[in-house]
Amino acid sequence: MEPGLYHLLFISTALFFIGVFGFLTRRNLITMLMSIELILNSVCLNFVAFNKYVWPGELDGVFFTVFIIAIAAAEAAVAIAIIINLYRSHRSIDVEVAGELKG
Amino acid sequence: MGIFLNYMKPELMISLIIFLLLILKLGKGMTNAALLPFIQVLILIGFLITLFLPAEGSLFHGMYRTGRLIGFQKAVLLLGVYLISLLCSGWLKKSEHLTEFIVLMLSALLGMFFLLSSGHLVMFFLSLELATIPVAAMSNFDLDKKASSEAAMKMILSSAFASGILLFGISLIYGITGTLYFDALVSRIEAGPLQVMAFVFLFSAFAFKLSVVPFHLWTADVYEGSPFPVTAFLSVVSKGAVAFTFVSVLYRVFQPLGELWHILLMITAVSTLVIGNLFALRQDNIKRFLAFSSIAQVGFILVGITANDASGTASVTYFILVYLFSNLAAFGVASVIADSTGRENISDYRGLYASHPMLCWVMALALFSLAGIPPTAGFFGKVFLLGAGASRGQLWLIVIAALNMVISLYYYLRVVRAMFMEKQLSPIGTITQELPVRFALLLCVAGILLTGLLSWIYEYIRLLI
Repeated sequence: MEPGLYHLLFISTALFFIGVFGFLTRRNLITMLMSIELILNSVCLNFVAFNKYVWPGELDGVFFTVFIIAIAAAEAAVAIAIIINLYRSHRSIDVEVAGELKG
Repeated sequence: MGIFLNYMKPELMISLIIFLLLILKLGKGMTNAALLPFIQVLILIGFLITLFLPAEGSLFHGMYRTGRLIGFQKAVLLLGVYLISLLCSGWLKKSEHLTEFIVLMLSALLGMFFLLSSGHLVMFFLSLELATIPVAAMSNFDLDKKASSEAAMKMILSSAFASGILLFGISLIYGITGTLYFDALVSRIEAGPLQVMAFVFLFSAFAFKLSVVPFHLWTADVYEGSPFPVTAFLSVVSKGAVAFTFVSVLYRVFQPLGELWHILLMITAVSTLVIGNLFALRQDNIKRFLAFSSIAQVGFILVGITANDASGTASVTYFILVYLFSNLAAFGVASVIADSTGRENISDYRGLYASHPMLCWVMALALFSLAGIPPTAGFFGKVFLLGAGASRGQLWLIVIAALNMVISLYYYLRVVRAMFMEKQLSPIGTITQELPVRFALLLCVAGILLTGLLSWIYEYIRLLI
């Protein structure tokens, strides 16, 4: 069977929810960051699939994907810098250890 | 080229200041004390240009558009940044990385300007990211404090998660409509099930950025852990920019789903008001207290947005202007006290009136304005918001909002009581107030009193739409 729009949408939605699940359950900061990357990749897949099957005449989806990849890199850079700093002060990258602020 | 220069004046001004600062940084010739007044003057010039030389039109096939209202909103945001740079000059002068801090703050502001002007979802997404990523880096600027890095971590993770959700919503919208231009979207959106789902994703991303209950969990921690200028920036400038954009996106793009978001707004407004107020009751840290108070204020903004006509836009813009003066005055006083003594708790403010009466009066006035007591501008801001909300006939919503104003009086007055009436056994010590801080507090007080009493300000905003 030829893979079509529905297969791609199924994969991307599954990826999205795996990302959300990972973000909410994992306690390691790097893994949480990876979950966010999963979410962003599912969105990229969505855009490319819609562009190919639903709106073949448009180019907006492909362009959007390129921008998402760039922004994801910027976000990961800042996040990793923050995590390194957190590791210096807390000696851990577990979210539970960084629990000073409460109330 | 001329059109380009004319329409994008505010953005070009900010970019110019950023580049100038980066070049100055290379020279290493200036101390913080010499550099800071220079930066403040540059920001002030930017503010005056944005306010008095507005332009109207659109560029890049409608990707970027500007108008008199957008120009005014940009000027309000710039005024906020100017006041923050004055109010927190104590912290800024001590900072090791002043240039980097200001550059990050101005880049976030640049992102907000593009956000206000965006007419295309790619622009919208890029500028939203430009407005949030630098703020996360900024909240880590107390490098040796554990709380600061924790706050930055919470900020970057929650905002990245929120933008992931936003993007998923945008991708569904693209799949349905095949366009990303705001103007083209209006005619292609209808209330189908997939559209509704996409809209809910988008709505929750906005709710994240505005810290609307139930998406508010990051707010208090980030506000408490960040340095004072960042907290002030987040609670006033960031929130203002997102609120302006939220109004314009809802009113312009999602008008076909008006019934749906009316219900969503009413539910979230009630939950935000109630939860924000209840949690503010039990806070002792002043930043945390102001965080929950700002969540409650967002509830009032949401009530105003339900109006769905010009009065909604006008009252939200007016309220943000008033809220900027009052919240920055409160943050300014708290930041001055924290700078000199290192204390941030409300219980430390006991008996402050005996030693520093002027600071106490400014704080009291700011809190009265936040609570909405008549002679101050906060009262008029809330009257316009609730009046706009009432125009749709949902009187129960207005009653709940008014009741919450009464509850909020209790915790605002708790601070006032601590300052004026209670005795402190161990006095807080002397508080040094520099000239720029005094000047900024004076500006804030003038703003709190005058924006309310001069009725033409609201009329002027109304005419801009």
